[in-house]
Amino acid sequence: MRFYEYESKALFARHRLPLGKGGVARSREEAASVAREIGGPVVLKSQVLSGGRMKAGAVKFADGPDECPALFDQILPIEVNGQKARSVLVEEKSPVAQEYFVSVTWDGRRKLPVLLFSDMGGIDIEEVAEKHPEHVSKTHFSSILPITPRIAKEAIAATGVSGGHLNKLTPIVFELMKIFLEYDLTLAEVNPLARLEDGRFIVLDGHVDMEAEARGRHKALLAELGVGEDETRQAREPTAFEIAGRKVNEVDHRGVAGNVVEFDGNLGLVIGAGGGSLTLFDAVRKHGGKPANYCEIGGNPSVTKACELTKLILSKPGVEKIAVMMNVVSNTRVDIVARGVVKGCLESGKDPKDVIAIFRIPGSWEDEGFKILEKYGVEYCDRSISMYEAAGKAVAKMGGATS
Amino acid sequence: MSILITKDTRFLIQGITGREAVNLTRENLDYGAQIVGGVTPGRAGRDVYGVPVYDCVSDVVAAHGKVQGSIVSVPPAFVKDALFEAIENGIEIVVVVTENVPRKDVAQAVELARLRGARIIGPNCLGIISPDEAKMGGVGGPAANTRQAYKKGNIGIMSRSGGMTTEIASTLTAAGLGQSTCVSIGGDAIVGTTYAELMPLFEADAETEAIAIYSEPGGRMEAELAEWVKANDSRLPIVAFMAGRFMDEMKGMRFGHAGTIVEGKEDTTSEKIARMEAAGISVAERIEEIPDLIRKRLNRKGEN
Repeated sequence: MRFYEYESKALFARHRLPLGKGGVARSREEAASVAREIGGPVVLKSQVLSGGRMKAGAVKFADGPDECPALFDQILPIEVNGQKARSVLVEEKSPVAQEYFVSVTWDGRRKLPVLLFSDMGGIDIEEVAEKHPEHVSKTHFSSILPITPRIAKEAIAATGVSGGHLNKLTPIVFELMKIFLEYDLTLAEVNPLARLEDGRFIVLDGHVDMEAEARGRHKALLAELGVGEDETRQAREPTAFEIAGRKVNEVDHRGVAGNVVEFDGNLGLVIGAGGGSLTLFDAVRKHGGKPANYCEIGGNPSVTKACELTKLILSKPGVEKIAVMMNVVSNTRVDIVARGVVKGCLESGKDPKDVIAIFRIPGSWEDEGFKILEKYGVEYCDRSISMYEAAGKAVAKMGGATS
Repeated sequence: MSILITKDTRFLIQGITGREAVNLTRENLDYGAQIVGGVTPGRAGRDVYGVPVYDCVSDVVAAHGKVQGSIVSVPPAFVKDALFEAIENGIEIVVVVTENVPRKDVAQAVELARLRGARIIGPNCLGIISPDEAKMGGVGGPAANTRQAYKKGNIGIMSRSGGMTTEIASTLTAAGLGQSTCVSIGGDAIVGTTYAELMPLFEADAETEAIAIYSEPGGRMEAELAEWVKANDSRLPIVAFMAGRFMDEMKGMRFGHAGTIVEGKEDTTSEKIARMEAAGISVAERIEEIPDLIRKRLNRKGEN
C-alpha cells in the first residue's frame, strides 16, 4: 500500500529524519500561505501515487507566494499515469550541492532486507547501477538479529563517501533501515537525499510502501496519517463493478469469490483459483476471446457467494455469456459451485444452458456437480478436456452468438 | 525415494482445532500420514479424529519423542510465533498453509530456520505430496481425489499455485507419467523454499528423472532457478508452464497470489521465459503440452 509523499514525510518526521520546511496545500489560498510561512523560493509538488511527476509537469517552482495559487491550479488537475492528485505539497527550494539515493526493500531470493545506497541520487538508480556500479552499494541485513549503524556506515563508505559527509549520512540511513522494519514496509526510499549548499542534509523526496497484510498492526499510525481503512491504493482506482465484487466476497466467510477486475469484453468469467484464473484468462485471450472480467473463486465458497458473483457478472453491460472454469479442485466442491452458478443464472432471468458457455471444474464432488448441470442442460467437461480446450469451447460459442 | 517427506515422517498440526485444520487432519490421515499430535493453546486434552491435542509443541515432543514435521494452520497474526515454536522445538520441516502473512514475519522465521537447520514450505501453499508415500498439507484434497490425480512415478513438481499442482499432476498421470514428489511452494513474495532451493534435493533423488514447474509473474524465483540450473549443470530436464502472460501489460496490478505483481521488467513473464529458455528449461504454452515435452527431453537424454 503506497503512501503519498506527504504521508511518507510525516512518518519520517516522527523519526526525526531531517526535512525541509513545507506543508500540504488543499486549496490555492493554502498554497500561498504555506509559501509565505516558508519565505523564499518554493517547489510545488502534486501529491499523487505515481512516479514521473516531473515529466508530467506536476512539479513547479516559484520565487514566492504570489505565483503559488496559479501554479496550484495548473498542477492539481494533472493525472500522472492515470492517478489523480490529492493535494499539493509546497516546500522550500534550497540550492543543492549533491544528491544521494537510499532505499530499503526485501530481497525475495535472499529473504532478507536489502539496503541500496548511491552517492549519485536523483536519477534512475538502475541506470546508475549499470553505468557506474562503483557508485551503488547493496547490503543485506538481518531482520531478527539486532542491527547497528555500522551497516549503514559500511554501505555509504562502499560508494567512496568519507569525511564529515559519511558521519552525517550514517544516522539518516540507519534510521530509514529501522523505519522499514518497524512498520512492515515493503519499500522505504529517499531519493534524493540532498546535501544543501548550506551544509544541511535533508530528505527532498521520499516514498514508502506498507504491506497491505500488516495494516492491522499499524492502525494508530494510519489513523494519524489519515489513511482510510477502505483505501486500497492500487495502481488504479477500483471501478463500481470491482467494489461490488468485493461486497460479494464479504457476504459470508466461506471461501473466496472475489478479486474481481473489470475488462471491457463480452465473455464473463467465473474462474479460479489463484493460479487457475491466470492460466484461464491467458487461454481465453489466446483463443481470441474478450473477457469481461477477471475473478477468483476458491477455498470452497458457499452457494450464495457463487450465485451472487454470477449475478454480478451477468449484470455487467455487454456480457453475453459466462464461462465457469477452474483447475482440478481439491477443497472447493464442484457441486456447490454448480448449484451457485445455476441459481445465479436463474435469478438473473437467464436460462443456464444458454448463458453458460462451458462449465469445466473437475475434482471433488464432480459427479454430484455434473448431475446438476445435466438437469439444466448446461455443457460441461471433466479433466479429460484441458483448461485451454475448455476456454476454446467458450470462445467458439461467443462467435456464434448474435447480439 | 522421495524428497522432504516419506511414509515414516511423523508430524503435528499447529492450530489443529480450526475448521480448515480439522479437514486437513482427516485428509492426511486418510492418505496414511503419521500425525502424532496437534496444538491449540488452551485446548489440551481434546482430540481431532483420534489425534491428541496439546497446548504446546514441546508437549507433543515430550509425549511422542522426535517429531520431524509440522503443518501450521493458524490465523496470519499468529504464524510467526507458531513457526518459532516449531523450529525451537526441533521440528525440521514446517508447511505453512495460512494466507496473508506479512513478509517480515516470513523472513524472520526463515532466518531462524537457517540458524537451526530447519526448512519452511509456504506460506500460502498446499504442502507436499509423495504419491503412495505420504502427504503433508491440503494438496490434492480428500484422499480419494488425491489418489485419482497423483500416481507414484519419476516426475517432480514445484508450483507457486496449490491448485495448479494438482492440475499438472492430473495431466501427467493421465499421460502415464507418475510423480516422485510434488511441492506447492506458496504464492507469496517471500516463501520459505524456492524452486532453486529444492533443486539440490531433486537432483540427489534417484527416483526423480524430470521436473515440471508452474510459474507466474512477479519476483525473481524463475531467474534464480535459471541461474542454478546453469551453474550446477543439472541432470534433470525441466519443463515450465508460465501463467499470467496478460499481466505483462498491466504494471502495478495485483492478480492471483500476493507475490504476483509486475513492478519492473524482471517481473514480466516474457523476461522470465527468456531467462529460463536460455538456461535450457522448456517452456510450455499449455498445461497439456507438459507430458510430451518431458518425454521428448527424456528420450533425447537416452540417446546420448
